[in-house]
This record gives sequence, structure tokens and C-alpha cells, in this order.
Amino acid sequence: MPEKYEIVRKKALTPDISSISVYSPLVAKKALAGQFIILRATADGERIPLTVSSTDGELVTVVYQKVGDSTMTLDEIPEGGCLADFVGPLGQPTPVDGVKRAAVVGGGLGCAIALPVAKALHDAGAKVDLIGGFRSKDIVILEDEMRAACDNLYICTDDGSYGYHGFTTGKLEELLTAGERYDRVYAIGPLVMMKMVCRVTKKYDLPTIVSMNPIMIDGTGMCGCCRVTVGGQVKFACVDGPDFDGHQIDFDETIARAATYKEFEQRRRAEHKCRLEGMSNG
Amino acid sequence: MADMSPDKTKMPEQDPDVRNKNFLEVALGYTDELALRESHRCLGCKNPKCVEGCPVGVPIPEFIGHIQKGDMEGAYRALSRANALPAVCGRVCPQENQCEGRCVRGIKGESVGIGRLERYTADWALEHGVANTDVAAPNGHKVAVIGSGPAGLTCAGELARLGYAVTVYEAFHVAGGVLSYGIPEFRLPKSIVQKEVANLEKMGVDIELNTVIGKTLSIDELFEMGFEAVFIGSGAGLPQFMKIPGESLVGVFSANEYLTRINLMKAYKPDSPTPIFESRKVAVLGGGNVAMDAARCARRMGAEVHIVYRRSEAELPARAEEVHHAKEEGIIFDLLCNPVLIEGDDKGRVKSMKLIRMELGEPDASGRRRPVPVEGSEFEMEVDTVIVAIGTSPNPLIRTTTPGLDANKWGCITTAPDGSTSREGVFAGGDASTGAATVILAMGAGKTAAKSIHQYISNK
Repeated sequence: MPEKYEIVRKKALTPDISSISVYSPLVAKKALAGQFIILRATADGERIPLTVSSTDGELVTVVYQKVGDSTMTLDEIPEGGCLADFVGPLGQPTPVDGVKRAAVVGGGLGCAIALPVAKALHDAGAKVDLIGGFRSKDIVILEDEMRAACDNLYICTDDGSYGYHGFTTGKLEELLTAGERYDRVYAIGPLVMMKMVCRVTKKYDLPTIVSMNPIMIDGTGMCGCCRVTVGGQVKFACVDGPDFDGHQIDFDETIARAATYKEFEQRRRAEHKCRLEGMSNG
Repeated sequence: MADMSPDKTKMPEQDPDVRNKNFLEVALGYTDELALRESHRCLGCKNPKCVEGCPVGVPIPEFIGHIQKGDMEGAYRALSRANALPAVCGRVCPQENQCEGRCVRGIKGESVGIGRLERYTADWALEHGVANTDVAAPNGHKVAVIGSGPAGLTCAGELARLGYAVTVYEAFHVAGGVLSYGIPEFRLPKSIVQKEVANLEKMGVDIELNTVIGKTLSIDELFEMGFEAVFIGSGAGLPQFMKIPGESLVGVFSANEYLTRINLMKAYKPDSPTPIFESRKVAVLGGGNVAMDAARCARRMGAEVHIVYRRSEAELPARAEEVHHAKEEGIIFDLLCNPVLIEGDDKGRVKSMKLIRMELGEPDASGRRRPVPVEGSEFEMEVDTVIVAIGTSPNPLIRTTTPGLDANKWGCITTAPDGSTSREGVFAGGDASTGAATVILAMGAGKTAAKSIHQYISNK
């Protein structure tokens, strides 16, 4: 039997993005699409919230991108190593009931979260179009898994190196112009992408759910750090979300809040790189 | 013969101008000599009023009597029989309203320094590795405790002593609840909290971290797992905001967030991976102990700090000692002021706050004079950080996932005086049922509930 919080499987999806499957039977038993976990890589580490990508028996799979000091530290733990902490499932599951026709739009790392949402919709009998956007072909992740979880998969690349040439919003608009209609659109990815998807779907009056990933600490409603304004009301993404009505979200506020610690993070990232280079040189 | 000096023996403290730049403990504790001197001020009353004032009924004259005789082990045994967390209580209890408030020595002078002697005794035991971990033989019954704060730890300790197999579930990665995430290091060193927790573990209490009841497991599942009773001591962790414009700007924090980053995540240490906002001028909204803690932390992080409170100094809900310490450390009190709105710059970051002056009118329901705005007295205050410390309410996670568990309109779990709830076998206490209060009241509730749980299981 694996140890508590052991990384049983680890796979590099791109040079910057990896997937880890962590032994956590209680979380694996409960987690539904859209919910998240919080982990700490090491005993003095930061609490990192990550949305569950899939569950398999007693394993919970999450996908992370090495964007800062803490995710770089996480990446240093090999397969067979153990995380210091792993807690969940947190937040509300993505609502999939009553949807017959859905578009799921994922951007970059967001595709790892779009995947379980598409799968949940597909399993519930909905016809699903999945639009996955990436900067270029070499960083496309989870293509086979996404294809299996939907009816039509549309990969988009910003540089046109693979699939549709352009942003996910371009593809979505193309489908809508061609007459496709959806009971609901789900957008999961960078804030700017979700904001733009909502701008498109607003024109067609399509209900749209977005998955927020603000800065958070506890994930249980205790710190209020993850607050987002939805329809003029303050909500906590960790307990009320992370999914919200995209047409009601104050995206500009959310984008500003996401940059709260930008300088700190840039500094830490640079320091981490220095430490790594120092080690390899020394 | 008792020492009839009218004044409490002073406890050494770090100099205010030194301590407002570090996170080391402010009050340094009695030396053996000072403790012995203070212990002799206790008259050893036959009918001790101080004990009546203690929510957990510490036998005060008895433990102080042992100090007088130099029998520290005896002192610790007497103290720890009644109090599962004496090193904590000796530091954070509002003794002036409890034991010390009833002390007969307080009539003609200062009361006996009971809290200081409690701290001295508990610290002596921690330093000398003395622990009161005696437990009865296992009785074969399992009890689950939700939350590892003062209520949960006390309840767990009491039940373990009676021979129960107790599992404590904690949502965070560290045990202690508010003792770990809320109260700052300089008032309550975290190493002390962890030593007290370790003592409970020595008594056989199992602490399961990273488990959110209401998410990871439900109360119904705990019963399915064979627990015969459940105690909810999940505290009041949900932060309240002012509901004024600008509260979601970058630079506005709940006191919970600010304190959790600093205390639990150690963001005050330069090498911490958890960030803390770099503030130049901070306004802390509120006048309670949490406001003082947040203000004193921000001061230590190098900011100019203002406490903004809508009533006057006399109404400040914080302990007088905390207000005194805050002032000594250079915190500015803007009393009879209320925030109207927070203004941001073009990047969505706090740049100033608009306040209005208040005056005290007629007494309100709480008996305190109601603050009323002075018309036309609005003014601007330039700040880059606003910390909201106006209170917390119980987290809804448990009540919304436990069918049949009643709560009042503020979300506090409804309990009978014995700690029982509307659900059979489910007990609750501390802030989860009272709303935000003190460590020692939560401990008292944990103790009461433990007795009731013992009775409930014994009679089943």
C-alpha cells in the first residue's frame, strides 16, 4: 500500500506542466468535477490549491505548472516521494445536471480541469464540444484524454502550429456563427480568456460558468482572501465556488486581486532559480 | 505569613521599542524568585472566590500553595488536573475579568498574579519534561472531536483521561486552531502550543490533520465509522466584512487572512514561501483583541499602524493589557471614527480611506453608548492597507452538511447547557455555539461537553 500523500505516479506533460497522482483514499472517494484540493509540498511550504483533474481508485490526480517558487519545489518531489499535506475535496462540484448540449472551453493548464468537467457532462448524457487552447503544438496536453471525454474536440493554437489557428474564443464564435447552440458554456483557464469567452457568450445569451482560481490560504471559508464579486455580491470562491456565473463576475477586480503578490512571486521565483543554478554549479 | 504588598510582582517584558521589531514573546515570565514572592501574596482563602471565576475551575489556592512550598511538581499536578492547556491560559486568559477579578486582594490593592503564576507553573513543567498524562484503562468507546482549538483539545483531553479512544479532526495542517493561526507568536509562542498538543498525544489522543468535516467526511460518516459521540469545536472562523465600497480592493484583508499568513504560514520570516503584503500605512478596523493582534503584527512588519474604532477608549472590547501593549509599541488609536469607503488607484489597489467622526449617544441593547455619525465630519486618511477585524461567525460547513443539526440566525449551533445539540450523540461548544468569545470559555465548554458525552455513553 502506498504511504499517506505519496506521489504514486508522476508524468511530465510538457517541460513546465506535470501531472501527479497522489494517494489519498478519502479525497479520491469524494472528489467531483470542479472541486479542488490544497497541498503543501514540504513541511514549511505554501498551501497550493489545485483543481482535481481525475480520480482513480484511491488516487487523486492534479496537474500543475511550474510558475513560481512553490510549484518548483513541488516539482522536485519524485515519484514515490510524499507530499507534506493534502486536503480536500474543497469547493462545490461543477453543476452538470439538465445540460444536453455543452461547450467546454479550456485554456492551457485549464484544460486539465476542463477535462473532468467535459467527462462529467459526457457521462451524464450531454453532447459536448471541447475547445482546448494552447500557445503552440509542443505544449498541447491531455489530447487523447480530452478526445475521449467529448463528442467534438477542437484544439486551438495561438501560433497556428496545430489545429485551429487562433484563440479559443475565435473557435467558439465560429461554431456559434455556424449555428451551434449550447444549453451552457463552461470556461476554465486564464482570467483574460474566461473574460473574453463571457464576452462572446453574452452576445448569444448563453449561460456561462467560469471556474475561478484566486489566491487562497485555507480553502474552507476562513480567510476571505479568495473573495470575488458576483452580481454585486461578495462570494468566497473556496466555499461558494469555485464555479460562478461568468456574466456576473467582476473580472477586472479579480484580475487586479490575482496580482496582489506579483512582485513577491517574481522575486521568489528568481531566488529559486538562483538556488538551483547554485546547486548545479557547486 | 502572607506578603501584604498591595502590588502584583511585575513580570519582565521586552522593551517596547525593541519588541515592536521582532516576533519574540513580549512578556518574559517570572523567575523562580519572582514567582515565589508573588505566590506569598495569596492568602489561601478557605472559600476561594477566584476558583468561582474560572471557567474550568482550577484549584487556585492549592496550586499556589505548592509554589509557596517550592513543590513545583505538586503545583503542576493540581493545575493540570483542571486545565488541559495551562501554558496557554497563563498567557491569553482575561484573568482580570475572571479569577483575578474575584481575588480578595484586589479590594485594597492589586489581585494576586494568578495568570502569571499559572504560566510560571506550566512553563516549569514544559521545561522539565513533566506532564500529567495519566489516563484510565481504555473503556472501548470511541469519540470524534471536530477542531483542534481550545474547545476540542480540552474535550479530547478530558475524555482521554476517562479512557476513551479520541480522534481529533483538524482542517489545517497544524493542530491548535486559533491558538496556531490567530494568536501571534509574541503573545503565545507556537512551540508552547505544540508541546501542549504533544502532551495530549501522549495521553493517546489521535490527531488527524488535513481533514475537513463537512467535506472530507461528514458527521454521519463518523458515526458509521464507529464513533459513538461527536463533539463539534470548529470555532468561529468566518470573517465578517464592513460591507462598504472598496472592500475587495487589493490591500484589504480580513484579520483572519493577515494573521493566518503571519502566524500559521510564518510569513514574518524572510524565507517564508507564503507572501505578506508590504504595507507602509495600515488601518485596522475594530477594537477587539484580534484587532490588537493584527495591528501589532503589522507594526512588527514595519508599517505605521492605526486602529480605527467607532466608539471611545472606554468601550474598546480588547483586554486593557493588549491596548496598553499596542500603545507602547507605537500604534495610533483613531477613536470615534468609522470608515465610510475605501478608495483605490487605477490598478485596483488601496490608496485611501474615507472616515466619518462619531460621537456617543444613548446606550444601545449592549448597554454601551451607541456611536452616531457627526454630520459633515468626513475626512480622508491615506493608507495602502486595510485590515478588517470586526468579528467572525461560525463556519457553515458542518451545519449545512449535517441534517437535523439546529443553529440560530447567526449560524451558531444551538446547544443545551450540557453541550448537547438537536442531534443525538452530537455535542458542541466554544465559538461554534457561542460565536466569537475567549479561549477559556471554549475550554470550559469543551470540559462540560466531555462530562456530558461520558454520561451519554455510560447510559447508553
